Amino acid sequence: MYVAVKGGEQAIARSLELLAQARRGDTAVPELELAQIRQQLRLGVARVMQEGSLYDEDLAALAIRQAAGDMLEAIFLLRAYRTTLPRFGYTLPLQTSAMRVRRRVSGTFKDVPGGQVLGPTYDYTQRLLEFDAAPAASVTPADAPLPADMPRVLDLLDAQALIERIDAGNDPEPVDLTREPLTFPADRATRLQNLSRGDEGFLLGMAYSTQRGYAESHPFAGEIRMGEVDVCICPEELGFAIEIGSIVLTECQMINQFRGGNGVPPQFTRGYGLAMGEGERKAMAVALVDRALRCEELAEPNVAPAQNQEFVLSHSDNVEASGFVQHLKLPHYVDFQAELSLLRTLAAQHAATPPPARQDEVGRRCHGSAAAPSQACSTPPQPSPAKQERESTQVQ
Amino acid sequence: MSALLQVRGVSRLYGSRIGCEDVSFDLHPGELLCIVGESGSGKSTLLNTVAAQLAPSSGSVQYRQRHGGWLDVGGLSEADRRRLAREEWGFVTQNPRDGLRLNVSAGANVAERLMALGQRNYRQLRDIARGWLERVEIDPTRIDDAPTSFSGGMQQRLQIARTLVTQPRLVFMDEPTAGLDVSVQARILDLLRRLVNELGLAAVMVTHDLAVARLLAARTMVMQGGRVVETGLTDQILDDPQHPYTQLLVSSVLTT
Amino acid sequence: MAYNFAFLDEDTKRMLRRALLKAVAIPGYQVPFGSREMPLPYGWGTGGIQVTAALLGPDDVLKVIDQGADDTTNAVNIRRFFSRVAGVATTEHTADATLIQTRHRIPETSLREDQILVFQVPEPEPLRTLEPREAETRTLHALADYGLMHVKLYEDIAQYGHIATSYDYPVLVDGRFLTSPSPIPKFDNPKLDRSPALMLFGAGREKRLYAIPPYTRVESLAFDDHPFEIQRWEQQCELCGSGDSYLDEVVVDDRGTRMFVCSDTDFCSGRRMEAQA
Repeated sequence: MYVAVKGGEQAIARSLELLAQARRGDTAVPELELAQIRQQLRLGVARVMQEGSLYDEDLAALAIRQAAGDMLEAIFLLRAYRTTLPRFGYTLPLQTSAMRVRRRVSGTFKDVPGGQVLGPTYDYTQRLLEFDAAPAASVTPADAPLPADMPRVLDLLDAQALIERIDAGNDPEPVDLTREPLTFPADRATRLQNLSRGDEGFLLGMAYSTQRGYAESHPFAGEIRMGEVDVCICPEELGFAIEIGSIVLTECQMINQFRGGNGVPPQFTRGYGLAMGEGERKAMAVALVDRALRCEELAEPNVAPAQNQEFVLSHSDNVEASGFVQHLKLPHYVDFQAELSLLRTLAAQHAATPPPARQDEVGRRCHGSAAAPSQACSTPPQPSPAKQERESTQVQ
Repeated sequence: MSALLQVRGVSRLYGSRIGCEDVSFDLHPGELLCIVGESGSGKSTLLNTVAAQLAPSSGSVQYRQRHGGWLDVGGLSEADRRRLAREEWGFVTQNPRDGLRLNVSAGANVAERLMALGQRNYRQLRDIARGWLERVEIDPTRIDDAPTSFSGGMQQRLQIARTLVTQPRLVFMDEPTAGLDVSVQARILDLLRRLVNELGLAAVMVTHDLAVARLLAARTMVMQGGRVVETGLTDQILDDPQHPYTQLLVSSVLTT
Repeated sequence: MAYNFAFLDEDTKRMLRRALLKAVAIPGYQVPFGSREMPLPYGWGTGGIQVTAALLGPDDVLKVIDQGADDTTNAVNIRRFFSRVAGVATTEHTADATLIQTRHRIPETSLREDQILVFQVPEPEPLRTLEPREAETRTLHALADYGLMHVKLYEDIAQYGHIATSYDYPVLVDGRFLTSPSPIPKFDNPKLDRSPALMLFGAGREKRLYAIPPYTRVESLAFDDHPFEIQRWEQQCELCGSGDSYLDEVVVDDRGTRMFVCSDTDFCSGRRMEAQA
């Protein structure tokens, strides 16, 4: 005799016990300490902070441990925690030009004022697994301290009017994407916010596509710098700015294909990326996608996936993506039952209908498959150019 | 009878390059105007500007609506532009693939504008669609086929059906027969001539082909380098061209 | 760690309530809102949870269902969440609840004016599978230009002889906005029309809220000569005998023997208790 299924609460409780056990692993093995994660998994910590949109190394380390190393799960934990934090205000814009540089390289000139500072990077290693424990490294002291002044490579080009100038004065106040929903079309500041929080893998793929002909922009790494930047706020009670700490940032400025025309002289164009901690790959990917998404303002044809705002920005957030992809695990049996019911009706009809008498091969199918009746009817019928006018280059 | 469309001093520039310059004309109900010229003459730019696809750089385009009020076409919001396109105008594009829903059946293509205007009876929609397919000489049993399985000429005829099914007051056509075989062109032109007469349409058609103007249009405007060089009754222009450019066009047709 | 009542801070609740008021004022219109990351994943009911959190008060009685059942994992999880952060009374009896959060079903028991039904919505845009661009669908709604949807319905009938949508069946709210009723089976669509209860819809991932106020006209799209029809079963519920509720199909042995039982577990157990009394 069938009894209605009950006991969901109990099942969940047991599942949580199994999870706790799996998380801890063999109890004979010492438990991971947050300090170990902070120190020896610092790049994982940086990624979790960046995509979690919260600069706190301890919390990120905690999230990584709780998530058993699943970075997207850790990012989710940090984001959910962030929701509960009270908001005091906004910092002053970070002055990356005043960064205490630990690494600064440029691919555009052999040498630059301030030098090519290599810093701690995997770039010059050979990727050979080191089976013996790494010996404690001692650092050779430098011959001379780094120069205090490290002018930006792009500023040098700017002084010769060879690179487009971004007018910061006319920039509207940025929208806070953690408080306001994203709407389209999105301005550059909003896009950069979205990209900064976005999944590194997804953006890396998008960036890679721009190097393989999907909106090629001939990029050069103008400057990549990493180091500490002071964080300042200007509290109302004081009326002046105070420094409340410093954070590690990685900044990438790409120099891209030159434009010009309509009275503007030919100049290089820019792409920009910023990441928390040592996030070089992320900053570079963001800079390439940033440049691709500027196609409208630079009057370039919008043809490639990386240039499609709605496509890139709607799918960059891995917390959203992971949630929705994985939600398919939730019960869907009521809707499935509805589909079964419909399918059985159609199948019965099909079985009862005599085969068609028509001779020609042209099928009755208007769509790709019977299983997807709502396939895209998405081509608009009128030649409506939406907001953009058709700047047809051929005049008839 | 009052004009349907009043175009005054319309210019459309691309930077410093002239698309079309200082064009004026009136269009009355039931009238078909042909704009003739070679590639680069400005005729498509003019058509797109008058049809609210482009904003004029200067000048005005005024349209008299169904209920009598005048509308400044150049200053329309996107919402109003779309409403006009849906309810009172039609646009037949040169390439039928730009004006059709390709992965939706022929029947749905024809029925769409009717449904957008509130028609809710499936049987009637199909009857009307079949009727129109016959009218544009497409076998009505192909009502459930997608246009991807149609020839270019059939696709163009389908686009015409889709556009005219709601009896728009004003139709714009951009070289509707260019790119089709000569014999196919002739059939479609005949069809258009018949429909224009039957429905009493007002239309503005762009073409590079004088023969099309001769066949369809009471009035013709000749354009060269963005400007109108001659305008008047089609027969007069073609039989007795005054402007040297028109003479050149007419004579080059006769020698081929 | 101590959380504010119902987890969200008061500013966030205020933001949500303002958006909800706007939604109620424009029935069926999708109001964008600053959706927050919640401790449950996007796609698992964060929109519904935020709406519930904004409305919940200490005297409320909360019911949470998924697929019509109180005991499915998602419903259990959400109910536990609110017990933990709000401490409100919870119930499985539809008639006793003041606020019901639901995923993919409307309760069989008729609702009252003093009740609120909060729907979890995965995709608020009814045109999304036909038109992926948000900028475009926004314009279509502004112009009430729903030609795309009618084309889709026409095509279904041309191809199958039926409209081929069995759940998340599009409706026109108050004669103006085309709306997604969330993935409820079309069987439940008639319950939306002129319901005494307030119906609120939350899509957390897509960041939209919308509402159907009490006693609002809600029509399921159809043709005059192909009218809207709900699903029907030949069978009755094997547990309570109901012949007009939505039935789940359960496979009971490895020979494929099936039985049908009410999807709405509270409705079903209520009928069984009455029958025994």
